[in-house]
Amino acid sequence: MNKLIRFAAVCLMLIAVNAMAELQIDITRGGADASPIAVVPFSWNDPGYGPYDVAAVVGADLARSGRFAPMPVNDMLQKPTTGAAIDFSDWRILGTEVVIVGEVLPNGKDNYMIQFQVFDVFRGKQILGYRLPSSRAGLRAASHRISDMIYEKLTGVKGVASTRIAYVNVTGPAASPVYRLIVADADGENANVMVESEKPLLSPSWSPDGRRIAYVSFENDTSEVFVQVLRTGVRQRVSARPGINSAPAWSPDGRQLALTLSKGRGDLDVYSLDLSTQVLTRLTSGPSIETEAAWSADGKSVYFTSDRGGAPQVYQMTLGDSRAQRVTFEGPYNARPRISPTTDKMAVVHNDRGNYRIAVVDLDRGYSQVLSDGRLDEAPSFAPNGELIIYATGEGRRGALGLVSTDGRVQQSIKSVEGEVREPAWGPFPVN
Amino acid sequence: MSDTGLLLDNRTIYFGSDAVQISPESLEILEQHGEFLSLHPQSTLRIEGHADERGSREYNLGLGERRAQAVRSVLLVQGASAGQLTTVSYGEERPAVFGSDESAWVMNRRVELVYGK
Repeated sequence: MNKLIRFAAVCLMLIAVNAMAELQIDITRGGADASPIAVVPFSWNDPGYGPYDVAAVVGADLARSGRFAPMPVNDMLQKPTTGAAIDFSDWRILGTEVVIVGEVLPNGKDNYMIQFQVFDVFRGKQILGYRLPSSRAGLRAASHRISDMIYEKLTGVKGVASTRIAYVNVTGPAASPVYRLIVADADGENANVMVESEKPLLSPSWSPDGRRIAYVSFENDTSEVFVQVLRTGVRQRVSARPGINSAPAWSPDGRQLALTLSKGRGDLDVYSLDLSTQVLTRLTSGPSIETEAAWSADGKSVYFTSDRGGAPQVYQMTLGDSRAQRVTFEGPYNARPRISPTTDKMAVVHNDRGNYRIAVVDLDRGYSQVLSDGRLDEAPSFAPNGELIIYATGEGRRGALGLVSTDGRVQQSIKSVEGEVREPAWGPFPVN
Repeated sequence: MSDTGLLLDNRTIYFGSDAVQISPESLEILEQHGEFLSLHPQSTLRIEGHADERGSREYNLGLGERRAQAVRSVLLVQGASAGQLTTVSYGEERPAVFGSDESAWVMNRRVELVYGK
């Protein structure tokens, strides 16, 4: 009977729950030096549906990058939808640097052709022009793609509007909480529940191809590591050895999963599990705590937290070499390293005069910069373009997420509509 | 278990910040539990290690494990047998007291002793 109930519970967990809008994102610091732009509402020509506001999604995406400040629609002196209709002198008066216009045209049943143009107001010249087809259901995804095309054209850096984030949402009374591992679009929309449990879930980690997520679940009253395929919901328990099984981190080639195991001895060490052969290789040793592995971009070394020197600091170890080098020196506590996709920076949880904050360490020069201003900030995760870091911030009992640019200029808060949000992990660029 | 003494009723061991040392008062409590377990070899005990919410969750899982193992070592010395004891770390995931100040944190840096049937 017990087994039956458990089977039913697992089935329930694996059914993809309907999408829900869960997160609300607000800019809390900076943006003063963001470039003024205008994303003019696109024309809409489907009397049977909509209108769908492509420009609003594009504008919000560009604002979230921290590098652009879209003009409120009400402040626009004109609302052209094609390049030919733009009067550049109006936009010059408003100080707008870039104007984006577009049309959503019918393209067969329930299908559209989105046409957009990006103009340099100062020169009066088109910078980018594109048409892309979209299904009705795909309008939001198409809007994110447009944002990314514009962002890359204007900054030279790939945009992250089409990427996804994973996080843990905790709801319900303190005595009987419900934990959900959720995957949502980078703007918090389109949230889907991957796993639901009455026991803690933590440490989600994306596979490099974005198809799978590894995470820690206490569903069997001890920490175990699972890998779940996002599309199908099929999951596999990859490590349930005696003691702690935690801190999964995928190697850049997707073949190895770094893990923390205690093997029931109270001595945590970092191991590497080959996911196809199940061969387990021990990477660290010693009686101290070694955990929270992060791979270098080339996959040749791992960074990890260790208190071998008395307090937690970050060390780096080249695979095949048992010696580790300490890489953090500022402050009494530096933990949970994450390496930037640009490979030159590392984000850590840093004790800043008694406050736990997100700091970024310049790996070439060694100096660090504190980016967040909370008391209990943790769990930093880089956007795949390296420009933003998402992290957890303990605001009283209501855990929320924060978003900060890697240069510290712009900070945003992300709150859950319901319950607490924590353990964010930013997914990779989508594979085309 | 009320007939086996007040100390046995005490099933929570507290720790200092980022520390695993067992205080003399806690040692007295654990001596009683160790003796009880040696006299009742059919009894089992689950040793649950916890940490306060500060710092990273994964490191705190390590701290909870260390605390649970420190308690286990004492119980073994005091007469419990290895087969009676299991350990688990919940890190900061299961606070005894909610709140983000020292008064909550001291209550959450703990090991809980949970007897089986």
